[in-house]
Amino acid sequence: MEKSSISGRIWVLSDDKNRLIEDIDTDQIYHNALLHITEISQMGQYALGNLEGWKDFSKKARPGDIIVAGRNFGAGSSRQHAVGCFISLKIGLILAPSFGAIYFRNAVNSGFPVLRCHVLDDLVAKKALETGDEIKVNFRSGEGLNVTRNTQFKAEPMSAVQLDIYGADGLFNYGKRINKG
Amino acid sequence: MGKTIIEKIIQGHTKEEVKPGKIVWMDLDIRSARDFGGPNVVKNYEKEYGDSPVADKKKTFFTFDLCVPPSSLKYADNQQICREFARRQGIEVFDVDMGIGSHVLMEKGLAQGGSTVVGTDSHLNILGAVGSFGQGMGDVDITFAFKTGKTWFEVPQTVKVLIKGSFSSPTTAKDLTLCILKNLGTKKAALKAVEFYGEAVRGLDLPGRITLCSMVTEMAGIIGFIPEFGDSLQTEIENLSGTKFSPYKADEDCTYSDTVEIDVSGLFPQVAAPFSPDNVQDISELKRVKIDSGFIGSCTNGRTEDLALASQILKGKKIKEGVTLKVVPATKRVYKEILERGILEDLFLSGAIISSPGCSGCAEGHIGLTGEGEVQVSTGNRNFAGKQGKGKTYLASPAVVAASCLTGHITNPEEI
Repeated sequence: MEKSSISGRIWVLSDDKNRLIEDIDTDQIYHNALLHITEISQMGQYALGNLEGWKDFSKKARPGDIIVAGRNFGAGSSRQHAVGCFISLKIGLILAPSFGAIYFRNAVNSGFPVLRCHVLDDLVAKKALETGDEIKVNFRSGEGLNVTRNTQFKAEPMSAVQLDIYGADGLFNYGKRINKG
Repeated sequence: MGKTIIEKIIQGHTKEEVKPGKIVWMDLDIRSARDFGGPNVVKNYEKEYGDSPVADKKKTFFTFDLCVPPSSLKYADNQQICREFARRQGIEVFDVDMGIGSHVLMEKGLAQGGSTVVGTDSHLNILGAVGSFGQGMGDVDITFAFKTGKTWFEVPQTVKVLIKGSFSSPTTAKDLTLCILKNLGTKKAALKAVEFYGEAVRGLDLPGRITLCSMVTEMAGIIGFIPEFGDSLQTEIENLSGTKFSPYKADEDCTYSDTVEIDVSGLFPQVAAPFSPDNVQDISELKRVKIDSGFIGSCTNGRTEDLALASQILKGKKIKEGVTLKVVPATKRVYKEILERGILEDLFLSGAIISSPGCSGCAEGHIGLTGEGEVQVSTGNRNFAGKQGKGKTYLASPAVVAASCLTGHITNPEEI
């Protein structure tokens, strides 16, 4: 049976008023002073290193953790590092109401799972989704389960294209796969 | 349900049902890379796919236009990396003599109405001018496109922009474009396709359409189309490219996300002040701006007609002492045309510097750079801080740049 869900402990990227931080740009995720680094394994330590309140994220995150972010996550530049830093930390998934267009493209091309979920702001405001909760998301159907609270929510499932690339572990591998046929 | 133009073009290149918001696999008619991005494409390609052939060498091109001929060792190396890969693969290179890649693709009939074209140029959506879906992408996407002939794309929504009223000389397509940019800003068309309608755009010739479509990038849009046109445009495009011009039209029952109306009646020349292309003012509102240099060229305003307009103003006159004017034809073909029509001579005699074709100052690798404290008036499309150097760049039409170089300050051509 092919994998169809991702589960893990969540980090809610919220401000001190318990609101999801919107428009987190690629400089806040991975600062441009560090673009000379080319090894993905080196990038994780700098993840969210320029986001106020979250600079120690790389020390707190564990492999498999899930990030819950605000609208327009990954706005700004085209740097692949801003995805690579989360791959480096073995983050399992990023959920956000929307993503910067290029960021979304880069994540999909890297085979890194990103899903849009329009109810996040609401869930966070109602404290129905908090840092430390365990969640499970079926990326084929979009069905989400908050395991800690035994409540359900809905995300947008991966598109067919996203599933193709995710299943191949990235765009380049997908290219090798389809060229054999 | 009916479809907008972008929906029709994508539908023509995929088996999946196309609707806004859906991500589909799309076949690509042309895949290209420049001397920026190109070397990374080669590096990625050889790492991932070794010496296996590209999907279709007849549909794959390199277009050198950023730093041509190279003025830095880095660019010389990068161009040679691409050339050697192209020789191994049997791919055609439009080399350092040819000019701006997007324009060469139009001149060669490679970008046609209804086609899909990708490359490493963020202004590749300029191809909307001939009804083609051009799109700039990063080196990972372009490597994959070289190998497979495909890319994935989220079908954008379409916004309808209705231009009301008309304008006359000395106001040009560039002024119209800056006025539209002022109205749309970087939010109203963000991530959307745009269809421009109305008398003022219907009458635009191809260079005018190129100017408007090129700056959809500065509006943060995906692509812009001008669906209505007269017979003369058909002839113009067929003469240029040697291919028949039959672009898609939107269905009457298609769905637009929004409709925006912009009135351009009696529009004056417009100027975008530093440091943002949408920081647009009427030239009459601008306080006296003394200039050090002028620049005429770029993918936005580097066609023969743009240079001809400037030469009409400059002919028989001398540019102001202390001011330098740099002119860069968009392509080798444009260079030949200005030579044959005497435009080059008129520009030269007025005191302008005319360089070989290419992207010039926008690419930071060719003429058109500014030093700290320098004020430049340019026909380019971007005036971000540091883009062309530490100086300040004002964006305007070729007519305004020419007039300003005669007086030494930003000037309405009507005053000449």
